[in-house]
Amino acid sequence: MVERRPLTSLLTHFVLVLGVIAIALPIWITFVAATHDQFRMNQVPLPLWPGTHLWDNLNQTLFGAGLSGTEGAPVWLMLLNSLAMAMMISLGKIAISLLSAFAIVYFRFPFRMTCFWMIFITLMLPVEVRILPTFEVVANLGMLNSYWGLSIPLIASATATFMFRQVFLTVPDEMLESARIDGAGPMRFFFDILLPLSRTNIAALFVILFIFGWNQYLWPLLITTDTSMTTIVMSIKQMLEAAEQSPQWNIIMTTALLAMIPPIFVVISMQKLFVQGLTETDK
Amino acid sequence: MSIKTLLCSSALMAATAGVAFAETEVQWWHAMGGANGERVNKIAEDFNATQSDYKVVPVYKGNYTETMTAAIAAFRAKEHPQIVQVFEVGTATMMAAKGAIYPVEKLMKDAGEAFDGDAFLPAVVSYYETPEGELLSMPFNSSTPVMWYNKDALDAAGAAVPTTWDEVQETAQKLVDNGMDCGVSFGWQSWVMVENFSAWHNIGMGTKENGFAGFDTEFSFNNEAVAARLDGIAAMTDGNLFKYGGRRGDSLPMFTNGECGMWMNSSAYYGSIKSQAEFEFGQTMLPLDTSVADAPQNSIIGGATLWVLEGHESEEYKGTAQFLTYLSSPEVQAWWHQETGYVPITTAAYELSKEQGFYESNPGTDTAIQQLSLNTPTPNSRGLRFGNFVQVRDVINEELEAVWAGDKSATDALNAAAERGNTLLRKFERSAK
Amino acid sequence: MLKRVHFPSSPLPYLLVAPQLAITLVFFIWPASQAMYQSFLIEDAFGLGSEFVWFENFQVLWGDQHYLDAFWRTGIFSLLVAALSMGVALILAGFAQRVVRGAMVYRTLLIWPYAVAPVLAGALWVFMFNPTLGIFPYFLDFVGIDWNHYLNGNQAMALVILAAAWKQVAYNFLFYLAAMQSIPNSVIEAAAIDGAGPGRRFFSIILPLISPTTFFLLVINMVYAFFETFGIIHAVTQGGPGTSTTILVYKVFNDGFVGLDLGGSAAQSVILMVLVIAMTVVQFRYVERKVEY
Repeated sequence: MVERRPLTSLLTHFVLVLGVIAIALPIWITFVAATHDQFRMNQVPLPLWPGTHLWDNLNQTLFGAGLSGTEGAPVWLMLLNSLAMAMMISLGKIAISLLSAFAIVYFRFPFRMTCFWMIFITLMLPVEVRILPTFEVVANLGMLNSYWGLSIPLIASATATFMFRQVFLTVPDEMLESARIDGAGPMRFFFDILLPLSRTNIAALFVILFIFGWNQYLWPLLITTDTSMTTIVMSIKQMLEAAEQSPQWNIIMTTALLAMIPPIFVVISMQKLFVQGLTETDK
Repeated sequence: MSIKTLLCSSALMAATAGVAFAETEVQWWHAMGGANGERVNKIAEDFNATQSDYKVVPVYKGNYTETMTAAIAAFRAKEHPQIVQVFEVGTATMMAAKGAIYPVEKLMKDAGEAFDGDAFLPAVVSYYETPEGELLSMPFNSSTPVMWYNKDALDAAGAAVPTTWDEVQETAQKLVDNGMDCGVSFGWQSWVMVENFSAWHNIGMGTKENGFAGFDTEFSFNNEAVAARLDGIAAMTDGNLFKYGGRRGDSLPMFTNGECGMWMNSSAYYGSIKSQAEFEFGQTMLPLDTSVADAPQNSIIGGATLWVLEGHESEEYKGTAQFLTYLSSPEVQAWWHQETGYVPITTAAYELSKEQGFYESNPGTDTAIQQLSLNTPTPNSRGLRFGNFVQVRDVINEELEAVWAGDKSATDALNAAAERGNTLLRKFERSAK
Repeated sequence: MLKRVHFPSSPLPYLLVAPQLAITLVFFIWPASQAMYQSFLIEDAFGLGSEFVWFENFQVLWGDQHYLDAFWRTGIFSLLVAALSMGVALILAGFAQRVVRGAMVYRTLLIWPYAVAPVLAGALWVFMFNPTLGIFPYFLDFVGIDWNHYLNGNQAMALVILAAAWKQVAYNFLFYLAAMQSIPNSVIEAAAIDGAGPGRRFFSIILPLISPTTFFLLVINMVYAFFETFGIIHAVTQGGPGTSTTILVYKVFNDGFVGLDLGGSAAQSVILMVLVIAMTVVQFRYVERKVEY
């Protein structure tokens, strides 16, 4: 940072602490709920401080009858399915979006705008709203109960392409000029200059897409009928939807905490990339 | 995917290791989460253990709407299961899909399974029969609204358990005077306060025998009896004699935390209330509106049934039929009923539960069955068969909330609901041709 | 929008866009055009019988006052969600990129909420604001507010806006932070040497430099509020009380996925799409001009 003044520094921390309290409160409540027993979670007023049942709940979730009604798939398999789906969605989408955004920004070719808008309108309609026709397409292609069926239809969205377009547009034109003077071809320019420049954005996008993929519910629910394809979020929802029984908040929240660990791990490991970018002396 | 192939083949090997010959698989898509999901799995496992020709595979497909939509989407893509669990408001949609459903009674006959229609409790199965009495789907988890009360609070206020709406009002007043936050509340308002109120007092909710006699039905719930009752309840919001707490079961904590002394909702909340209430509670029949009828008729059920879908091999249907026979056997039904609080579907299961002394050790748990079988169902109390009923319930919810908020009179709200509902009925009539 | 300098034309760009175009065609354009065709039909859920009715589904919608009211409601809802989530994220990112000590902790904690599964997020908000059990009604009671979003339409609207915006703050925060960090330090140092304080540097240097990100986030947030909030509404209020939180996309979802009225729901999604395409074109035409690349 440029200068240090105690007062502004204090203000900064004050605002951030306030923000963290406001934004992370629901997480805190998730945690608190995971540390109480079921009975306490239905009494007024709900607790704000952790209780003493975390180990019981963890034990019950991991080794007991925690994940109700999903004996078909062990927890590790559900985690693996979630991981495969999230990775395929995030990596697949980043790859195709980088390429198409590169083409749209750096080339002039017939039907360029047609391509741009065709890709762009996919921003407009999330998969849930057009879910029945999409399901039919996937079923006709024989992709039910497969990782392909789980991930590819969710890749059909323009958010990432749009974002890389915005990033590429901010890259100074001089970069391209000097690259061309050096005799670099388009792909060389792409790999040597554009990719390193968009590193923080790729990292940010990876975090977003990984979590997006990890948290999918409705789509996996529809296209999987094989219990060996169940994902972890499906199992959380299954515990929540307990018809006329009141939900076992303690177990649900404990599972929710466990299900949050991989996304948080991704957040933290990607954080390093941002911090790295920050500590470099000059960019 | 190589990982998937690997996983699948190893899972397959593990599964086939013990079984030397092929089993015919029957898929059962259901909407039972939580502990009931485990019970569903147990039923399937137990059935699979009784024989070796068929294997029933239960698959959880989300809540009721998600399960139904998943099955329909799968049907359109020819990837549907043999059995799917559908909630009662989806009955008309399922029934109208003539080429898609395999009526259960016909299935049993075709598969050569013994089937006795008289063995079932009339009030439970009548909802799912054709006007000629053919059973279309197998009732699975059924319940009916009852009135739950906080016995400790009632005693403290010196009030008896009310049986009529006048008494409900008096009791609510006593409870509030005695320091309670609210007198009475309810959930699933369309089901409890409109559908069941009508059946309980033997008045029609729509023309054409509540839709049983044809899709050209029209709503008639915008009558004076219902309107007067709803206005009465709206007037009770003054002084918190009545407090509205949401569309579904959202108001349960109001009752279990001792905020409201009386609560009308499904009998299947027994387990939840038992585990959460720190007071003595009881359940009793729905109150009677003495200005409408002298005696109650019978209440109607809610919950879900199992529908069999067309388009599979006859061998698979044999397994399906055998499974449905197993499912409706007294032992399985009595176990399911006692574990979950849903009503049994056969007289034999009811008798068995009596013999086992279940109602003596759990007083009040037979309220639902008694209420359902109070009288032989009439065309007004047999059940409902309205198309697009999921949306109609939304409309009723919206209009009733305007009444509770004091924005509309009950008559205006019910007229608006009936008019909007009729539009939905006409639309369904055209689509179901 | 195109670079002034670009590569000479060759078959390469077609190869580059091919994967995305193929996926878009198969998994978006095809199903979406089927949905469009459905909007001209009255069809039963199983697809066993259907009647071609031209624009009847649309006419019915125009005659429905409840549908027309939903337009207004959607506009207000989307604006407030976008403004709230982007505003909060911008402020937090502006402060977060200044700190050195504890930077990791702050950022992780601020991004964390994004990891909450949407199916759970709805339940969490219901949980916190449940009139009987919730923590917030308990405290609001002390300041004399009787919280009951089951009956009070404005409270219900406030609740879904809060929940929807909360879900998006982390997303916006992440992109603002990435954008602010790609600003070369030399630019900020130069401004500091010229005597610009942190506040002025933020408004006169950082804010203009991240305007492409702001534009990107504006489009994304509007699209999010318009289209992807039905899950939260479904979990929290189901569109009620009355119709006070029924926004357009919730109606599409509820009529189509829940109510199985495929034609009517398809007609609504066609209208919705036209509306958002128009809005996006306007944003690209007029708003993007003010963006400095």
